[in-house]
Amino acid sequence: MAKSVLEKIWEDHTLAKRGDEYLLYVDRHLTHEVTSPIAFEGLRARGRRVRRPDLTFALMDHNVPTSDRTLPVRDENSREQMRTLAKNAREFSITVFDYFSPWQGIVHVVGPELGLTVPGITIVCGDSHTSTHGALGALAFGIGTSEGEHVFATQTVWMRRPKQMEVRMEGRFKSHTSAKDAILYVIRELGTGGMIGHAAEFRGEAVKNMSVEERMTICNMAIEGGARTAIVEPDDKVYSYLEGAPYAPSGEDWTEARKYWETLKTDDGARFDKSYKLDVSRLEPQITWGTNPAMCIGVSETVPEPRQFGDSSQRRIVERALEYMGLSPGQRIEGTPIDVVFIGSCTNARLSDLVMVARLVKGRRVAQGVRAMIVPGSMLVKRRAERMGLHRVFIEAGFEWRNSGCSMCIAMNEDRLGPGERGVLTSNRNFENRAGPGSRVHLASPLTAAASALEGKIADPRRYSLAGLDELGLEWVSPWIERNILKPLGGG
Amino acid sequence: MPEPVRRIVGKAAPLEMDDVDTDQIIPAQFLKVLSRKGLGKYLFYRWRFDEDGRPKQGFILDQEEYRDAVILVAGRNFGIGSSRENAVWALMDFGIKCVIASSFGDIFYGNSVKNGLLCIKLDEESVKRLRGMAAKGELTLDIDVESETIKLPGGETMSFRLEPNVKKRLLEGLDEIEETLRGYEAKIREYEAKMRPFKIPSKAVMPIE
Ligand code: SF4
Repeated sequence: MAKSVLEKIWEDHTLAKRGDEYLLYVDRHLTHEVTSPIAFEGLRARGRRVRRPDLTFALMDHNVPTSDRTLPVRDENSREQMRTLAKNAREFSITVFDYFSPWQGIVHVVGPELGLTVPGITIVCGDSHTSTHGALGALAFGIGTSEGEHVFATQTVWMRRPKQMEVRMEGRFKSHTSAKDAILYVIRELGTGGMIGHAAEFRGEAVKNMSVEERMTICNMAIEGGARTAIVEPDDKVYSYLEGAPYAPSGEDWTEARKYWETLKTDDGARFDKSYKLDVSRLEPQITWGTNPAMCIGVSETVPEPRQFGDSSQRRIVERALEYMGLSPGQRIEGTPIDVVFIGSCTNARLSDLVMVARLVKGRRVAQGVRAMIVPGSMLVKRRAERMGLHRVFIEAGFEWRNSGCSMCIAMNEDRLGPGERGVLTSNRNFENRAGPGSRVHLASPLTAAASALEGKIADPRRYSLAGLDELGLEWVSPWIERNILKPLGGG
Repeated sequence: MPEPVRRIVGKAAPLEMDDVDTDQIIPAQFLKVLSRKGLGKYLFYRWRFDEDGRPKQGFILDQEEYRDAVILVAGRNFGIGSSRENAVWALMDFGIKCVIASSFGDIFYGNSVKNGLLCIKLDEESVKRLRGMAAKGELTLDIDVESETIKLPGGETMSFRLEPNVKKRLLEGLDEIEETLRGYEAKIREYEAKMRPFKIPSKAVMPIE
């Protein structure tokens, strides 16, 4: 029978079935400082151990400061949560990438770049955007704290089998548009509940042509459409991304793994419960205007007018969002003055995102009065960017060049918007107060965010030429960077 | 380990809003905790308190007649967004025992079951009706998990559906870890014995970055 890649991995990991729940073995459990303490507490209270410390990895990302790491951590609660994780990791013999580790970073950036994430495995993490890892052909689920405790103790998770949805992306991206614009558009069309109960499999020519990092962007944000997880079948690009990574298989194991990974394709005729198709060639840069990611328009469009909506509850929702965001019905979104630009988060702060930003801002200046910050997705991303010399492009343009963490995406550290402040962020959630109480967040691609930083207003990136890779004066380019970052961008 | 949930009798409060995400249920700043107790005071924090932490007037659960509500009648897509289990803990600590909505965020729903917060899915019409009744004044519901029914004042009943596992879990309040280990240890071992080496992280070596 024809099977999808999800079905193949699911079956490979099913230990038992109970009603409509499946007991799945968990190959990789990633955990961070915020959702783990109570799970560890539960283990301790009942004298339980972590069953497989060798499959469990902890790191600090959600509330770490992104300032100079030689300075003390001022927020007492953050410090306490970090210390608690370090202590728990020691007590339960788990590897931890702590605040000072050269491999510290956002969990969904770190997993793939260290080769903890590989095709064909199951991954869970106490974080909703765990779907990101699906971009490498893994089956990845965000779980709650109680479930996390269950995984610690049993290395398994009870899971209802999601329905399957095919999201086909065809065509070629026009210049200045990217994966972020595509996924924002999909959510705009389907709504925040459009994929509830489903696992999204992204397929089609445009997905094939995407780099692994772009695939991570779409898998990451599928969650905002309500999806339970997301996946892309693995291919040569994924293998290239992983080859040589510190925790990836090597030697004979690598050959073995490759053989197995080749079998993880969605067969012709595999059945999907739902499908959606998008031609990416007709996309313009997208940006959100409201308080959920589906409230989104093209950058040249105008924000909706409540009276367009027949349904009174819809109308109220739109009115409320416009009021919160401080926008008037029917106004053009482009040109709206902003205070902050944030390039960061597990959606768009990987090396290829930073290269794109550098191509746009090279030789240009951030507008007066705008705070523009770049928070690399991991310290490894940061080091790689610095070896290439990208940080000089950013600093010369007037960006802050910070250390890694979730930062303004969730505002658990000091990086936040003040009440009423407006920012263009490359992250994935624009909920009320998400980036700080009263914050007004517009989600967009790195290029749209970069162009907005230059103008001090929401801007259309298409008005800016992009410097060629050769014009960036790249200094130190490793074979990995050449293969996985520059080549997909048309260089190297 | 959750307490068994068999019957919930109490007042219902209307929350007329769709897409209530877990960031609204409990903001991220209150996730820096090391215990699940005492989170009720942060429930719907931004809607109930201003930037200086002073109570705002008017949020439904702070109004005199709804203060002791144990049932929340919401809208569509309740609990979407972040996986934070704190959202469930905050609701329960506040005194909410049941949420009625036409759909729920998947992770939120799973978290609820694990903690014994009853989440009932009804069709949109019924949710709207209940919400309307709750908004008009006192509405006491009598919810029975075993028979999957909601008794309204005046004798009318509505029925709802729970998946058998969910229902069992609620009724018995089991320690799931214990149950998994007792029932499936052999299966887990079997998988582990045949786990191929490439599925296990290799010993890390510092790569050329
Ligand atoms: S960057 Fe934002 S979305 Fe990603 S894991 Fe951190 S808080 Fe969550």
